[in-house]
Formats: sequence, C-alpha cells, structure tokens
Amino acid sequence: MTVLRLEGEGDDRRLYLSGNWSLPALGQIETQLRALPGELHGTLVCDWSGAEAPAMGAAWVLLMRLAEIGAPHLDVRHTGDPPHYLELLQKLQAAGGPAAAPVAADSPGFLGELGRWSVLQGGHAEAAVGFLGGIVRVLGEAVLRPRALRVSSLARHIYETGITAIPIVSLIAFLISVIVAYLGAQQLSRFGADIFVVDLVTISVLREMGVLLTAIIVAGRSGSAFAAEIGVMQLNEETDALRAMGMSPIELLVVPRVLALVIAMPLLTIIADAMGLAGGGLLSLLNLHIPLVQFTYRLREALSPTTFWAGLIKAPIFAILIALVGTYRGMQVQESARELGRLTTVAVVQSIFMVILADALFAVLFVKLKF
Amino acid sequence: MPETAAPPVIRVHGLVSRFGAQIVHDGLDMEVLPNEIFGVVGGSGTGKSVLMRTILGLRDPDGGTVELYGRDVRQLAAADRSALVRSYGVTFQSGALISSLTVAQNIQLPLREYYPASEKILDQLAELNLDLVGLLPADGRKFPSQLSGGMVKRAALARALSLEPKLLFLDEPTAGLDPISAAAFDELLLYLHSQLRLTVVMITHDLDTLFQTCSRVGVIVDGRMITDTLDGMLENQNPWIHEYFHGARARAAEKGAHG
Repeated sequence: MTVLRLEGEGDDRRLYLSGNWSLPALGQIETQLRALPGELHGTLVCDWSGAEAPAMGAAWVLLMRLAEIGAPHLDVRHTGDPPHYLELLQKLQAAGGPAAAPVAADSPGFLGELGRWSVLQGGHAEAAVGFLGGIVRVLGEAVLRPRALRVSSLARHIYETGITAIPIVSLIAFLISVIVAYLGAQQLSRFGADIFVVDLVTISVLREMGVLLTAIIVAGRSGSAFAAEIGVMQLNEETDALRAMGMSPIELLVVPRVLALVIAMPLLTIIADAMGLAGGGLLSLLNLHIPLVQFTYRLREALSPTTFWAGLIKAPIFAILIALVGTYRGMQVQESARELGRLTTVAVVQSIFMVILADALFAVLFVKLKF
Repeated sequence: MPETAAPPVIRVHGLVSRFGAQIVHDGLDMEVLPNEIFGVVGGSGTGKSVLMRTILGLRDPDGGTVELYGRDVRQLAAADRSALVRSYGVTFQSGALISSLTVAQNIQLPLREYYPASEKILDQLAELNLDLVGLLPADGRKFPSQLSGGMVKRAALARALSLEPKLLFLDEPTAGLDPISAAAFDELLLYLHSQLRLTVVMITHDLDTLFQTCSRVGVIVDGRMITDTLDGMLENQNPWIHEYFHGARARAAEKGAHG
C-alpha cells in the first residue's frame, strides 16, 4: 500500500500522504520515505488529508527525513488538517538542531588496555586486602570486646548453613560412596580382591570426597546465598545505613557468616564421612556379601590414624575460602540487579575453584609430609 | 475542560479489594472522563496503588467491575487485552526502568516488541520521546543507575509515552523530587496533556501537583471514593478530606496555585 506520493516538478512539489500512518505501519513508511529523491529544494506542501490515524512517531520520522533531504533549502508546509501535535514536533525538531555526532569510540590500543586492566586489578587487589584487614580487625577487637562476635547472628547462620544442609550433604555423600564402591567392586573382583573395596571406599571418602563434596555443596548453597543477601543489602543502601549509624557491615554481616561456616563445615564433613562409610558398608553387604563385622575389621586395618584428620583438617580452610569469596562478592555489588546476578555466579564459580585449588595443594603437602 | 457528555474512559463500579481479613476497597466507584487529569488521593494504606493495579489488570478485583473504554477488562480475549494494554502508558512509583538497558533502549523496548522498524527509526523515536520529556539525547545512552531521581521519573514517562497512549497512569510521579524538579514535572505534565490530548490518572500525595494540574480529584475514604473538583473538595465536610485540604501544607499549596 502506498502511504506517500510526490507530485510536481522542480521548486513546487506536493507530497500526498495516504493510507495507514499509525505505528504498526512504520516499516512501510520508512521504506517509502527512503525512496524519496535525495535532494529537494523550493517549496514542498505536505497534504495530510489522506493519512489515517497518523501517529506522532510516524510524523516525526517524516519530519526527520524531510530535514535530511531538504534542509536548508526546502520550505515545508503542511495542509489538509495536519495532526494537532505537528507544531510541537516542529518545535522539538528546531530545538534539537542537527543530530549530535556520534561519540567517537576511543581505542586506547594494546598498551592502553593493559594499563587500564592493571589499574583495575590493582584496585581490586587493594579492595580485597582492605576487606581481609577489616575481618582481621573485627576478630582482633573481639578479644577485648566479645560482643563484636554477634552470637545470635552467628547461631542463625550456623543453622542456615549447617543444620539445613544436613539432608542434602548426607544424601550426596551416601550416593557417591555407593557409586565408588559399586564401580570399584567391578574392577577389583576380576582379581579376586573384593575385600579391597573397603580400602577404596574408606580412604577416598575420609581423605577426599567427604570434605570436597561438602565444600562444593556448601559453596553452591551458602556461598551464593551470602553473595545474594549482602548484594541486595548493598543495592538497598542497607550497608550504607549501617555505616552511617556507626556500625561496621563487616562486623555485622561478614564475620558472623565466615565464623558460622568455619564451625558448620567440619561438622557437616563428619556427617558426610559417616554417611559415606555407611553407603560403602551397605553396598559391600548387599553386592559383595561382606558382612558388616568384616567390613569394620577391614576398615580398621585400612586406615592409618591420620586418614580421618587429613580430610577434616581441610574443612575449616575450605569454609574460610567459600565464606570470604561469597561475602566479598556480595559487598562488591553496586548499582544494578544485573551486577547482583553476575557477582553471585562469580562467587559460586570462584569459591569452587579455590576449594579445588586448595585441595590440590593439600594433596601435595600431605604426600611430602607423609601425613 | 472535560465534556460531561462524553462517555468515561475508565469506569470502576463497586470495586472490592481484600487482603485476607483486611478490606481495602468496599464498593468503590470511580469515573475518569476523556482529556482530564484525575488525581487519586488517600491516606497511606487506603489502596491507591491497589486501585491502579486493578485498573491495569495486574490484579483481579475481589468484587465489582472495571471498564476501560466501556469494555470490561476481565472479559476481553487475549488479543483485545494486548491491544488495550498498548493503548495506555504507565509509570511506576520507583520508575521501574529495566536496569540492564540504557534509557534509550528502555524507551525502544515496547516499540521494538510491537512495531518492528529499522535501528535508525528506533533511534529517532527514542530521541523524540527524550525530547518530549525534556531529556537530552546524551541521557539516552545512560543506564538507569546513572540517573538522578528527577531524570528517572522523566525517563519512565518517556517510556510510558513511547507507544503514544491516549491514557496515562502515573503513580506518585513527583514523590522524592525536590520542589523545583517537582514543579518542572508538573509543568511538563500540563504541557504534554494539552499538546498530546492525554487523559491522565495520577496517584499523588503532592498537594502542589494536585493544585497545579488536576481538574478533578478522587479521595479514597473508608474504602470508597469521593470525587469532586478541587473547589468542591475545599468545601467538603468529611473530617479526613477537611484535614487534608485545609492542613498547613494544603493552605500553602493552594496559595501557590491561586496567588
């Protein structure tokens, strides 16, 4: 459908507008506007009498196009009952002047990028050190002023990060150790070494898997919750409000969470260890027909006195890593909901990465120490 | 001045809104005529925002009917409802700009959704709407978090205007603005109202705004609405209305409007 028709020659032309000039027809209007000759001069009379329900946006697009092809030599007039807002649009157009030139993108080059990145990372490092320092200071103050530890808040976080995590941690530890025992038995039975399934399960669960699985679940549950809770408080200016009342967000929000996790993680690890051993024992009984008495006897043989502690000692370290990353990322949230989502994700990914990195360091350390 | 003969744009009849045992609206009636600026006033917790959300169809009424342009909102087919939604613009109390988009992208969001056009056209339309509410083209490139309170209100208005509605709902448009920004917003609203021939429904606590802009006012008292012109309200003997329109703040605002 035609929405405009140009008639006349040279300095005296008429533009007839017709048909649908509402917003849904914008695409069509644009195509036909673009087909107008590139240079017009003299007088152009726009006849609006045929235009149906002309939309302000469509009229604006027409004015902009006419300014583009005609200015400053074209005198545009409107007849045929032009829409009531046309005067307003013309005023706006006159006030706007020529379209602002696009802001030139500054390309700093490789060296510039590197410098910008370095300054940014330096700032991050400084903030992280300041954050750590704040925590250490609160802990130091707590020696003289035990109230700084916020016992009620601590209890709430132990409940939320520890007690409520027991079912999922137990279930996953149980299932994983069943899987390890089942697959291990497939291999070991080929050598008639079924009984060593007990060694496999107990050592792997106690040294590694109990604590590692717990850490990963806690990072997913509590690390993300820390980042999101503190992040929302940042967005609501709640942390600023605390600071303005002379209270430290690190003391009130960060330290209780870190301490709570340091207390809850080892306990969760012990539960995961127990459930893992139970899973291994159950599978040995049902699948390999090793009675529980024999399982426990073999278990004592397999374990050295340090096996259990080699796992458990890692739990508070992992807890510190997860809690620090979660709360730090939460405190970094600024401005928008998108930041909140991004930093919550970063918190989980980074804390799991840190946990696995720390675990690798522990593995090397324990081998060197023959622990 | 609104013509009294024209059929109302909005007609709310016998609206009941309940939250558990708490009854917010108890048989509320409200009519908004074409081309007027209708102010909705009431104490905190009298359900001004609930009323707006009900008219917009964001909340189902617990009783009564809501008609827009003479049609019951709840009985519309999905397609008609979508068309109806496009025929009004809304600004929310806190702006409700999408925080991951720039101001210009916020304005283009409904246009892009309903009326596909080239990027150039969309940019021109964004500029038009920014111009209309008195923002600069440079402001269009900013994110909502980089705007001041007054600019957020204007940007929200620009987004509400982008589909060229005939009916505009404003929830506390001047709340949280300094008096100068608020006065500028009043002026902008009056200007747009006259130039674009809008019907405006405005929830406001700002007495200055009320006296400057509104042709009629509806006051929610005891779950019902009392509607009158401003002059009529000044004569009203209802204790709450009397207190509201004759308190110290009201006298100052009235003075500002008339003198």
